[in-house]
Amino acid sequence: MAARDKHGVDAPWSAGFQVVGRPSRKIDGLAKAVGHAVYADDITLPGMLHTKFLRSPHPHAKIRSIDTSKALALDGVHAVITGECMPIKYGVIPWTPDENALATDKVRFIGDEVAAVAAIDEDTANAALELIDVDYEVLHAFLDPDEALTRQDPQIHEQSEANKKKRGHRGNVSKHVDLEFGDVDAALDAADVLIEDEYTFHGTTHAAIEPHCALAQASPDGLLTVWSSTQITHYVHRALARVLEIDASQIRVIQPCLGGAFGGKSDPFALEFVVAKLALLTGRPVKCLWTREEVFYAHRGRHPMQMRYRTGAKKDGRLTGVDAKILIDGGSYSSFGLVTTYYSGQLLTGPYDFPAYRFDSTRVFTNKPPCGPKRGHGSVQPRFAFEVQLDQVAEKLDLDPIEIRRINFQGENTQTVNGQRITSNGFMECLDEVERASRWKERRGKLPRGRGLGVAGSMYITGTNYPVYPNKLPQAGIQLQADRSGLVTVFTGGNDIGQGSNSIARAIVAEELGLDPMSVRVVAADTDLCPVDLGAYSSRVTFMVGNATIDAARKLRKLIVSAVAEAWEIEEKRVFMARGEVFDLESRNRRITTREAFHLAEERYDTLGTTGAYNTPTLGGDYRGGTIGASPAYSFTAHVVEASVDEETGRITVENCWIAHDCGRALNPMLVAGQMEGSAYMGIAEAVMEEHAVNRFGLHAGPSLLDYRIPTSVDTPELHALIVESLDPEGPYGAKEAGEGPLHPSIPAISNAVFDAVGIRLTHLPFTPGKVLAALRAQRSKNLATPVGTGGA
Amino acid sequence: MLRLPKFEIARPTSIDEVVALLSEHGDDAQIIAGGTDLVPNMKHELFTPKVVVSIADVPDIAGVRVESDGTLAIGAMTTLHDVASDERVRSIAPALGHATALISGPQLRRMGTLGGNVMLDTRCQWYNQTHFWRKSLGYCLKKDGTVCHVVQSGQKCVAAASNDSAPALMTLDATLVFHGTDGRRELPIDDLWRADGIYNKHVSGELLTEIRIPATPRGHRGAYEKLRDRDSIDFPLLGVAARVDWDDAGDRVARAEVCLVALQARPVRLKKVAELLVGKQRASAELDGAIEASAERAYKQCRPLPNIPGDHEYRHEMAPVFVRRALRACVRASENASDAAGV
Repeated sequence: MAARDKHGVDAPWSAGFQVVGRPSRKIDGLAKAVGHAVYADDITLPGMLHTKFLRSPHPHAKIRSIDTSKALALDGVHAVITGECMPIKYGVIPWTPDENALATDKVRFIGDEVAAVAAIDEDTANAALELIDVDYEVLHAFLDPDEALTRQDPQIHEQSEANKKKRGHRGNVSKHVDLEFGDVDAALDAADVLIEDEYTFHGTTHAAIEPHCALAQASPDGLLTVWSSTQITHYVHRALARVLEIDASQIRVIQPCLGGAFGGKSDPFALEFVVAKLALLTGRPVKCLWTREEVFYAHRGRHPMQMRYRTGAKKDGRLTGVDAKILIDGGSYSSFGLVTTYYSGQLLTGPYDFPAYRFDSTRVFTNKPPCGPKRGHGSVQPRFAFEVQLDQVAEKLDLDPIEIRRINFQGENTQTVNGQRITSNGFMECLDEVERASRWKERRGKLPRGRGLGVAGSMYITGTNYPVYPNKLPQAGIQLQADRSGLVTVFTGGNDIGQGSNSIARAIVAEELGLDPMSVRVVAADTDLCPVDLGAYSSRVTFMVGNATIDAARKLRKLIVSAVAEAWEIEEKRVFMARGEVFDLESRNRRITTREAFHLAEERYDTLGTTGAYNTPTLGGDYRGGTIGASPAYSFTAHVVEASVDEETGRITVENCWIAHDCGRALNPMLVAGQMEGSAYMGIAEAVMEEHAVNRFGLHAGPSLLDYRIPTSVDTPELHALIVESLDPEGPYGAKEAGEGPLHPSIPAISNAVFDAVGIRLTHLPFTPGKVLAALRAQRSKNLATPVGTGGA
Repeated sequence: MLRLPKFEIARPTSIDEVVALLSEHGDDAQIIAGGTDLVPNMKHELFTPKVVVSIADVPDIAGVRVESDGTLAIGAMTTLHDVASDERVRSIAPALGHATALISGPQLRRMGTLGGNVMLDTRCQWYNQTHFWRKSLGYCLKKDGTVCHVVQSGQKCVAAASNDSAPALMTLDATLVFHGTDGRRELPIDDLWRADGIYNKHVSGELLTEIRIPATPRGHRGAYEKLRDRDSIDFPLLGVAARVDWDDAGDRVARAEVCLVALQARPVRLKKVAELLVGKQRASAELDGAIEASAERAYKQCRPLPNIPGDHEYRHEMAPVFVRRALRACVRASENASDAAGV
């Protein structure tokens, strides 16, 4: 970590924060509200063609042949392409490139892309698809991860015979990680209580309101521009260069305004390659907007997991060890799966101290839409299992569920059992906040039957020091330009996907230069104009881009301050910037506007611009995979959920959710609260409503927003955001993440609240009314079988 | 987004013109009122009419009025929102007020019409999907295929009637006014349905213009209970309409009805279930017992199939619960009041 990467937690000027820490509107809020914002599909270029995809109707099949001649002959069709024109495989993780923009030899799920048409309009393109003949040889389809684990052939991703000989027959295993820290067996033997149980997490998807869209244009001199609704411009840029075999310097990728992503726009997607290829082939701009159904096929949503946990504890509630075995259903491609497999174990080791810990996680391929990263990538599922299990431990020991979490708190400035460095840690304050706000002490265990309170905690990364492709370059870069008008323009590769990262960059520059935020503009996510940032994933942008922005802004400030000091013949420390003015601290009548100061600085130093960058310190355990999940700072969260259970219908209603989240410093409390509420909403939705299901034919059960039920406003409980600020020593002004961590506890907290309400343990998601009724029936028959006087309360 | 297939739009300005167009084009014509069901179904290529006959410009087929004999007459083009929020509907036909307030969500209730909901196509998880999806499946009995995926080896389509208004109107003895080449006719709503999921109505090629509900007695009570995952937007997973009329003295049940929807191809009237209540004393143990017995009998008479999304065994478990709740809502209700609010 370079000196430039650490800027302290204090306000830049002695008067305290002027912009940071105050609730303010998003930079693009008004534009979005009035329909002024330009999304990818709003862009139309002269002569533009439209693309539609032919998709596989089979979950698993070899392609014997494809005949596109009739489609190509249709009036209005400009090009028809198949996999052979882009044979190079790609994948967001460089070690597992197993995707083609269009299938080359086989298809691996219903909806897999096979061919694409560019035509004068969408109807013509659709008509052309009907004229493409594909000859398939249907293969056995794996829909059950257990079968994929035990049955080796046919392989969904085939190994060559030579590879099998050299590395062994992989079967349908995508990734296996088995790590042990300390002696887990001994730790569990030494426990006074041992809880062992099984938990399942179903599949869920992101359901961003904007479907994926991409548009490409090739200039006559061969420059390619791609507008895409991506959350990671840089990786799309790299992947396009690789697959199209064009130097990256000839490609420009632009992310327009984005209508939500949540991890679902992190991978490079078929449509980006296809519109680019078709633009190059036809010489015309080419656009593709996926239908909602196609977005469900693109998926990359949360991995279904089958989890077995064993947790041991002493009588006083202290944990002795945790042991996990996890089977992960990856769907048809790798996507981020290598990381998911590690994250399923690596991110569980806080906020509690685990003296010993083991996880054995296996991700398998199945013939279903590919899973990937969704808000809380890889760690929401194990967090659900563990936080329910921790409640089971508390129950067995007759401990208050909040108390057992306090007893096991790992503390600040410590190291986890798997070697992750913990700096700031506000988890105890989070527990205090939810305990107070929910009136836990007066109400938990004391509400009438049918209503209960449940708690859960969690931790999450604030970015990771593991870049997706290995390099020593900065993870975030910034350029600033100071214009003679007094305007400062920020150029950032960071992707604002609605989380507000552009607003944060603006706020930081305004803070550092004493400007009104309206005097700062942000140009973002355009590879021709902006320095590289690794994109909006892993909750890294505020932390990394924020630090890079402070770095650049302080350099610019130094130029301005020194030019003014020189002109006024005073010491630099007397020069103060605030409210669009620069003045002498010791003679406050001596003042000029920031614009005038820019002129002084430009006279002195020539054209005014600075750069800033951020890179993580060296982090992580000294073992294979030890850097995966290693973050420069961790956020911490606690939720208390108040739920009621209708014992006639089995329906769970979440009445209240108190969300206490340690985000370091809240740079914009309005945005932080929005992320906390949105996260909790999403978690609650996954717990009680959403299910990304594939039916017995391998078809997505209901690829529409009618059948995939996301809660409406009337289904959304009261969400109470309680911001906790621990001030991280390395975050920008002490800030950490707020976009993903606050999702985690909502799901186990619901299960734990249902236990308090009616005494049943829900361990298999989603918590459908049918499952609740079945558990209540089991409870009744157990109670009938228990002789009077020995039953529990 | 999904594209609409190509079609011509006709905008007749009288009932006679509509009838003539339907007669001229036969199966190639489809009526559009609010379009909230037809348009998505066309996008899914479930219907590919050559001519879409808009009835938006036909006069006098929208609006609510009460005739001199107390009959409630609702034009087929009246929006669901206008039906649900009409004080006369809520007073004379509370079950219909409840049911229409719970159809879909607020935006679609301002487009969708009562006539459209009565004439709603049946629904099934193997049917209400895109053309690509259905083609990948190999289609189904209801459309383009020969196999039923609900009842394997089944020979008859079991797609479910999913119109919330239907059971409510059945408890209210509604009649439907149709116009065809033979002129105007009135049909009791029970006679509209047939047990075939492919097309669950006995009427085709005619225009529904009005829904007529005979005056209800002073002691009339009605309610509608809807099972769905979300409290807005969703089609019913089960819908129960109930009617309880107190006798003139207000002491005993003079008449009771229970009708269900979202089970099978046609909405069903559970006559034997409702009969159990007749003659029972208000606020008595025997009435409570009769309601319980009705619920149990409803469980025995219902056999939900895995036709619409969700767990059909759970839908079965909910039949007695929702029958009980609907009946209780009736016996609890104060005079001719409806407190349902649409969401």
